[in-house]
Amino acid sequence: MAERTLSVASAHGLHARPAAHFVKAVTDSGCTVELQKGERAVNAASILGVVSLGIEHGDEVTLRVAGDNAEAVLDQLSTFLEQDHDA
Amino acid sequence: MSTLEQGSVVIRGVGIGRATTVGPVLRMPEPVADPVDRPSTLDVDAEQARAAASLAATAAQLRERGEAAGGTAAEVLDALAMMAEDPALAADVQHRTADGATAEYAIFAAMGAFREMLQSLGGYLGERAGDLDDVARRAIAHLQGLPTPGVPVSDTPFVLVARDLAPADTATLDLDLVLALVTTDGGPTSHTAILAREKGITAVVGAADAARLSDGDIVLVDAENGTVELDPAQERIDLALQRTQTLEAIRAQSSGPGRLADGHPMPLLANIGSADSAREAAARGAEGVGLFRTEVLFLAAESAPSVEQQQRHYAEAFAHFPGQKVVVRALDAGADKPLAFLTDQHEENPALGRRGLRALIAHEEVLRDQLTALARAAADSDAEVQVMAPMVSTAEEARWFRDLAHELGLPVAGVMVEVPSCAIMADHVVPAADFVSIGTNDLTQYVFAADRLLGTVAQFQDPWHPAVLRLIEQVGRAGAEHDVPVGICGEAAADPRLAVVLVGLGATSLSMSPSAIADVRAELAQHSLDDARRLAALAVSAESAEAARSAVADALIP
Repeated sequence: MAERTLSVASAHGLHARPAAHFVKAVTDSGCTVELQKGERAVNAASILGVVSLGIEHGDEVTLRVAGDNAEAVLDQLSTFLEQDHDA
Repeated sequence: MSTLEQGSVVIRGVGIGRATTVGPVLRMPEPVADPVDRPSTLDVDAEQARAAASLAATAAQLRERGEAAGGTAAEVLDALAMMAEDPALAADVQHRTADGATAEYAIFAAMGAFREMLQSLGGYLGERAGDLDDVARRAIAHLQGLPTPGVPVSDTPFVLVARDLAPADTATLDLDLVLALVTTDGGPTSHTAILAREKGITAVVGAADAARLSDGDIVLVDAENGTVELDPAQERIDLALQRTQTLEAIRAQSSGPGRLADGHPMPLLANIGSADSAREAAARGAEGVGLFRTEVLFLAAESAPSVEQQQRHYAEAFAHFPGQKVVVRALDAGADKPLAFLTDQHEENPALGRRGLRALIAHEEVLRDQLTALARAAADSDAEVQVMAPMVSTAEEARWFRDLAHELGLPVAGVMVEVPSCAIMADHVVPAADFVSIGTNDLTQYVFAADRLLGTVAQFQDPWHPAVLRLIEQVGRAGAEHDVPVGICGEAAADPRLAVVLVGLGATSLSMSPSAIADVRAELAQHSLDDARRLAALAVSAESAEAARSAVADALIP
């Protein structure tokens, strides 16, 4: 299991469009990914779960990845979250 | 239905606009009813398999539509598809079916739970919550073998036949492919009719017998005569298309400011709802704005936008009309446009409730912010900004509003005349305002005590009725006496012949959907002010709306 805590860079947080791209990246990876904000953790392959976290710009989130290539997938997903997708 | 000599069937309704088109029918499927929570008669595995299959099929269908549409629509539909195949949703559905729910109800309830969660987050996500209902309805339709709800998809142009269109339907409608709109319900002020007028689409509304039309039927939709003809003969098609061309030629020749045949000026203004529509109105030759609806900025807002946000939005619209008049209507919340922070959700009869100015008096801070934002945007712009209050009932209210607007830096403040009391007391209300503007849609609804959005009483929603015209005449007379301008900003001004009558009753400017301006301009140019007064007198003394129409039509035969 690979784990990292980071701050979300998108100007409008992880709302519909960037959330959809993020979830797609998660499903394509084939790994089991968990996204946590505060006390709540959700299955990152669930767009409803991801948007329900109401992640805003600058929020701290934790990613947990299990499966083949967990480290590489974690890097890729972290990079995604640390970019501004509203720019 | 009646039958012509050729044997074709003619369906009657109320036409919007004057154009004619021919094309194949595509029907909008009936909305899917909410499923009932009753125990499943199948075993759990079977229900779960049904649910999974319908969600998968819904996702596939949405993706297919997205790929066909391309662009932003593809992205939106792809996001909907992801909702349909969401693992958290699937888990919730499984859980509910395991407890004995049907697949239909499990999907409906699970989506409902997620929708509530999104709504509680508010903002952008709250606005997208309706998407979940859309996905759920598609899945339920699939389970029950019903046609997919929503606007039908086609690669070729079609005549859309529907019960009535909701604002959500029109948002996903590709207008380039819609030749004409035909509805079985709804009157001339329904959402469909307003959309048709705004976009200049040929439409016949309230045509109950159109329920019999099927996909692929060829129909001739004639808005001027309010008819839909099934399987029209070729000569009828040729004749209708020729008439449309003649109309277009007349329209193309008319340009410049509105005036009567004797040169009497009659400013033609636009009804707009946003800065975007301001651009379109300016392009179509509007001489200003007679009604700038400000609700759009507030809709879906949990709280009123800030003074700065409002100021930016207003400034953007004002920029399109340098040196011209822009009449802004203060927030008209209530009835068909409820706003969370202004209107009481539990009124039994919201059209008669605390709406318009009544709601603003109760929340004066919202009105003060809006007027402040307008005064600031006006100070930075070259437009001649005026402001008016909606749903005014008394002279006292009119004075209260005028004083407040003057205090906050808006020197010209008027009232809308749409409550009959205001027209009946015109000799007192008119001098309490810097100008008045008659909202014929609501005035008609209140004069006849007939809900303007209710199809079953749509026949009363006719501004040609002398009961409405007589009230307008009283207001026109009071305006002339006190030298107060009298504008018309309801849909009545968009009907070219009725526009002439309104001028004869004392209107000093006409405001309408931008797409109607060319037709109204062309019609006005054919009559002098004396002609208009003579036609108005004929209409006012008629017994019914029908009789008023034909009296004017007969008088116009050379």
